[in-house]
Amino acid sequence: MTGGAARRIWGLAYRHLALFRRSWPRLLELMYWPTLEMLVWGFVSSYLAGVHAAGDAGGAGAVVAGLLLGGALLWEVTLRSQMGFTLSFMEEIWSRNLGHIFVSPLRPRELLAGLMALSVARTLVGVLPAVGLAWWLYGYGLFAAGPVVVAFWAALMVMGWAVALGVTALILRHGAGAEALAWSVVFGLTPFCAVFYPVATLPEWLRPVAWALPAAHVFEGLRAASGEGARIAWEHLAAAFALDLAWLAAMAWVFLWQFRRARVRGALLTMGE
Amino acid sequence: MDGPALLVEHLTKRYEGATAPAVDGLSFAMPRGATWGLLGGNGAGKTTTIAMLLGILVPSAGRVRALGHDMAGEERFAALARMNFSSPYVALPQRLSVIENLRVYAHLYTVPRAERRIAELADQLQLGDLLHRPAGALSAGQKTRVALAKALINRPELLLLDEPTASLDPDTGDWVRGWLERYRAESGAAILLASHNMGEVERLCGHVLMLKQGRIVDQGSPAALLSRYGRDDLEEVFLDIARDRRRARAAAE
Repeated sequence: MTGGAARRIWGLAYRHLALFRRSWPRLLELMYWPTLEMLVWGFVSSYLAGVHAAGDAGGAGAVVAGLLLGGALLWEVTLRSQMGFTLSFMEEIWSRNLGHIFVSPLRPRELLAGLMALSVARTLVGVLPAVGLAWWLYGYGLFAAGPVVVAFWAALMVMGWAVALGVTALILRHGAGAEALAWSVVFGLTPFCAVFYPVATLPEWLRPVAWALPAAHVFEGLRAASGEGARIAWEHLAAAFALDLAWLAAMAWVFLWQFRRARVRGALLTMGE
Repeated sequence: MDGPALLVEHLTKRYEGATAPAVDGLSFAMPRGATWGLLGGNGAGKTTTIAMLLGILVPSAGRVRALGHDMAGEERFAALARMNFSSPYVALPQRLSVIENLRVYAHLYTVPRAERRIAELADQLQLGDLLHRPAGALSAGQKTRVALAKALINRPELLLLDEPTASLDPDTGDWVRGWLERYRAESGAAILLASHNMGEVERLCGHVLMLKQGRIVDQGSPAALLSRYGRDDLEEVFLDIARDRRRARAAAE
């Protein structure tokens, strides 16, 4: 990356950081949903751990409870990563600023890099406080399973970017009218990502769908890394990253295709009006 | 550098599903250092033309070379770094302060010594007291000055302005026009101006392209156009063209 590219990416990031700096409600909103999710799943986990405690010498109840809370926290990474990317793009549409952005020397790939950097920042600000609170309130350490959790986190974040690229392509195609997708698409994937249950729980015909998603491999890996006989499921980790790369490449192609189509239709200058 | 600021050849845009082209075979070469006007009624193709000149809209046919660079492909980014654009219909982020907005664009245009450049522009465009106010809290005249500062942040060699004085009171409009005259004289930049304000075009532009239904129906210096149509001001020339009055007059005679 050249110095010029880095500066342009920083320019895009600075625009959003300046916005957050002058608006604490926006900053609070980033943390609100992950923390709320963590609280709900934390109480569910506590309840399940308590129910199982009486006749559970091996502590299986605690493991299941931990998996639920860990699943909820890590799934938030995908959600916040996707929303962080897409909402940063939507922000430019809402402020009718896209026309200025697209006639500046900022290349589309630099725009994507800037949106990914913002997605990382928004995810960290949103999810890390919930991770800290989970440890404080429920004694649950997300990173207790070791550095592999950082790899899980990264794989889920990249999946969020792939989904965000697809959603942003749809927004380029259909305009701000498609903005509801920014909030809903990843939620629609939740049943197939095996966040709270193994892929084997799904009907057989649905399992190939789950295995095509990086998140299903991450959560299988998380389950393998917890409880008795815990191990690092390298095969799932490798599959998650391989699928991430494939989805990211495919969705980047779709985004660039729709970007070019938007240039043909004349949508870039008028989007948001 | 040699060559025109803008070289436009057979530029055509036909939107998907439209029965007629929005822009139909425009060709012109705008020299460096010149100020040209793009005149035409609503729907004449001015905004579509500007969008194609900026590379944000892909032409159906023809080509644009800005500052020697082809605007169709990746090469356009080299030109975009040396040109800029302002329009009252494209906003700056309203919640950012003026100085934050200018910093964003200083980064996007990789302006060297950005803070010094912002201070210069604040001084020249009388933005000193506004720098720390949110862009959304400014009056129309103040917003126009901020939009001009954004458009000049990279000292553009080619400036495209879409109705730069729309919705301004006569005093502020006059101030902006005076400022643009000085900027062109000092920088040697080429300026292409789309406007509905005939007085503005007459004052600023050395050459005018008259657009109608996406075509250049006439062009020349304001003086040449006035003489050709036998009129005292460009507004009458504009109405002659928009309403085909000259042809109607000839038919009546």
